[in-house]
Amino acid sequence: MTAILKGYALRLLPQIIALAAILLMVSFVFPGFFRLEIQNGRLYGSLIDILNRGAPVVLLAIGMTVVIATKGIDLSVGAVMAICGAVAASSITSGHSLAMTLVITLGTGILCGLWNGVLVALLDIQPIIATLVLMVAGRGIAQLVTEGAILTFNDPGLIFLGSGSFAWLPLPVIIWLVFGILVALIVRKTALGMLIEAIGINRQASTLSGVLTPVLLIAAYMLSGLCAAIAGTIAAADIKGADANNAGLWLELDAILAVVIGGTSLLGGRFSIAASVLGAIIIQSINTGILLSGFPPEFNLIIKAAIIVFILVLQSPPVRNAFTFVALLRTSRKPTERQAR
Amino acid sequence: MQTIANNLLSANRIDKVFPGAKALDKVDFHLRRGEVHALLGENGAGKSTLVKCLTGAYRRDGGTILLDGVEVDPRDTFNAQKLGIGTVYQEVNLLPNLTVAENLFLGRQPRRLGFVDVGAMNRQARALLENYELDLDVTRALDSYSVAIQQVVAIARAVDLSGKVLILDEPTASLDAHEVEMLFRIIRRLKARGLGIVFITHFLEQVYEIADRITVLRNGQLVGTRDTATLERRDLISMMIGRELAAEIRAAREEPDVTGPVRYRFKDYGRKGHISPFDLEVKAGEVVGIAGLLGSGRTETAEILFGAHRADSGTAEVDGKPVQLSSPRRAIAHRFGFCPEDRKTAGIVGDLSVRENIVLALQARRGWTRPISRTEQNRLADHYIRALDIRTADREKPIRLLSGGNQQKAILARWLATEPEFLILDEPTRGIDVGAHAEIVRLIEGLREKGMSLLVISSEIEELVAYSTRILVLRDRQHVAALEGNRITADQIIEAIASANERGAA
Repeated sequence: MTAILKGYALRLLPQIIALAAILLMVSFVFPGFFRLEIQNGRLYGSLIDILNRGAPVVLLAIGMTVVIATKGIDLSVGAVMAICGAVAASSITSGHSLAMTLVITLGTGILCGLWNGVLVALLDIQPIIATLVLMVAGRGIAQLVTEGAILTFNDPGLIFLGSGSFAWLPLPVIIWLVFGILVALIVRKTALGMLIEAIGINRQASTLSGVLTPVLLIAAYMLSGLCAAIAGTIAAADIKGADANNAGLWLELDAILAVVIGGTSLLGGRFSIAASVLGAIIIQSINTGILLSGFPPEFNLIIKAAIIVFILVLQSPPVRNAFTFVALLRTSRKPTERQAR
Repeated sequence: MQTIANNLLSANRIDKVFPGAKALDKVDFHLRRGEVHALLGENGAGKSTLVKCLTGAYRRDGGTILLDGVEVDPRDTFNAQKLGIGTVYQEVNLLPNLTVAENLFLGRQPRRLGFVDVGAMNRQARALLENYELDLDVTRALDSYSVAIQQVVAIARAVDLSGKVLILDEPTASLDAHEVEMLFRIIRRLKARGLGIVFITHFLEQVYEIADRITVLRNGQLVGTRDTATLERRDLISMMIGRELAAEIRAAREEPDVTGPVRYRFKDYGRKGHISPFDLEVKAGEVVGIAGLLGSGRTETAEILFGAHRADSGTAEVDGKPVQLSSPRRAIAHRFGFCPEDRKTAGIVGDLSVRENIVLALQARRGWTRPISRTEQNRLADHYIRALDIRTADREKPIRLLSGGNQQKAILARWLATEPEFLILDEPTRGIDVGAHAEIVRLIEGLREKGMSLLVISSEIEELVAYSTRILVLRDRQHVAALEGNRITADQIIEAIASANERGAA
């Protein structure tokens, strides 16, 4: 058991180090960075802000991890966020109850995922093309739902999802924490994780071993759709309205980046949801950090890109091999223990 | 034995080692000027590895290559081309959307003032193709012509570039009889010009039609080089699939008693374009061996039985009850198991551990909601690692790091863990070392004795003779003969394949 825990820690180490380094750097240029205070029964501070602002990308990254593990990719998540935000807004303004609205919204996201999954699993279309369809069409669909306008609402229940708090934490943080732990548990406590990895590494061999490949593939895209729906609902609740043009814009790229920073290979296979969540938090820390350090906004993207390149270089096979080599030299007397997952 | 002067290309004692397997073991190959030399062998015999060593696509690990009596060391295919060795592969590797002329002169277009001189290029292309009795519009895109024509264009380019040795790798695989004739006329013409031509194919009739000499490889070793005129077809087949050990192994074992009830009955089972309808009955405790040359429908038979491809005719019964085997999952539910021929692409899940690979099929059958506990997984993995002597540092090692033989044993373990009653093995001993080979043969014997039904495909005749209680012979995607009891001998099998072949060629 301790060996498994140790393996986990080892797996997440590069992400934890990267995150710590970034947080430390930001705290140098912005002294009050680590300060937390309680006001009106809720924690406030930059760290909480990162967790809160990062909610959409964290949620997208959870679904994206599973899709990428199957050797797929889901480019449509940003657009699905927009669709679901629009659906939530139009449902609540047309008088449905909050519960009904949530059912319809999450159902819409799952349906979008089903569409992607069918294209990929049954029609054998390359994932990048299959999900591109909805990425392009999705914003159109969202605009049809909102009829071109920004659809605002003032239902306190729905708004609570975006800006409420519970147990001193903003509600979006609670949502992604609970959802992330739930997905990770389901994937790792059942055989789902292994079967998904098997499909991602060798789909043909998995099918020949009796794995229900098409069903699992579709399920992965449906999970991604569900994640996008939750993210879309939070994003809409946060601004008390659905913006079909800008909700979730380019977030699919941040989500993919989060997964990559988390160390899951785009070639499919081995994945870690915890690492992807850390990856998403790293991205948000960079965003918030740049904002706080008062760099002119023009520098934001460049600094972000530089930091990301640095992280990716650290993870690249040649550099990793070099590290392994150095480590091997040091422990050449001991039998080498390969890193567990 | 052979005078150097006579040999255009001489490869001496070529070695090539891949992780876990010796692909070429001190292979000699001599090509004369003005001859067509067929290079034969079953899948995995080392034909393409040898060719790739000659053309520099692989770096050889040992041996020398002499071209025109001078030692050469082709670093890559480009280098080999410049030396005079050109290759044309089965899939034409030209650019289909460029014109015929551009394809012929790609990378060496005639220029004027630094620009491509299209007029001169087209003129030269036309002149070049006249030698090949082709009257093409060289300004049209290559893919507007048939595969046969594209093949000839590829040959023309290779000969023009290299001009000494031409290697044709399965050039006739997708051509019809008429096109093959055309190709052979061109080959004869090039031969008359003094080129040495290496011809790789698995169509024996074509070998007898065009080749002057034949070199046979088996398991990465040279079996021999013969003149086509004096080599009987039957002897050629036995060179290709081997037979030496068979009698001894079989004599050493007592005749198994297979009188149990028929458990698996397939009637008129077939699929268009894959395998013609066949009847098959398999009893408990029986090993049905499948013999036949490459492309005879062996793998297709296995795939259709396992549901990897759906049968479009016929019925299947298990213990007298009709069943639908429309997917591997269905077949597995009826306790079928299948070790595919291509271990890398269809067998192992490379990045997963040995443990996960072993439990995969069992886990898939139980469904994802009923995970096998880690303790149980460890027990299963350890049990099979010990029982099958899978050589691995530990059960968590990614399976791709294991040698071929150990990977094969792990795939076998994957199926044994599901406690199958009908196990289909496609080339279970291909590309693995001799020790593991013998262990797998013993394993098959052991499973049969326990009452399992097996269907085993192999290119190694001696191996089939050793463990089969019945042998089916395939040719041209049809089941053409069945051998039982004391008729199971290497001679009889070779006879059956050869006579079938002669009938097919006639």
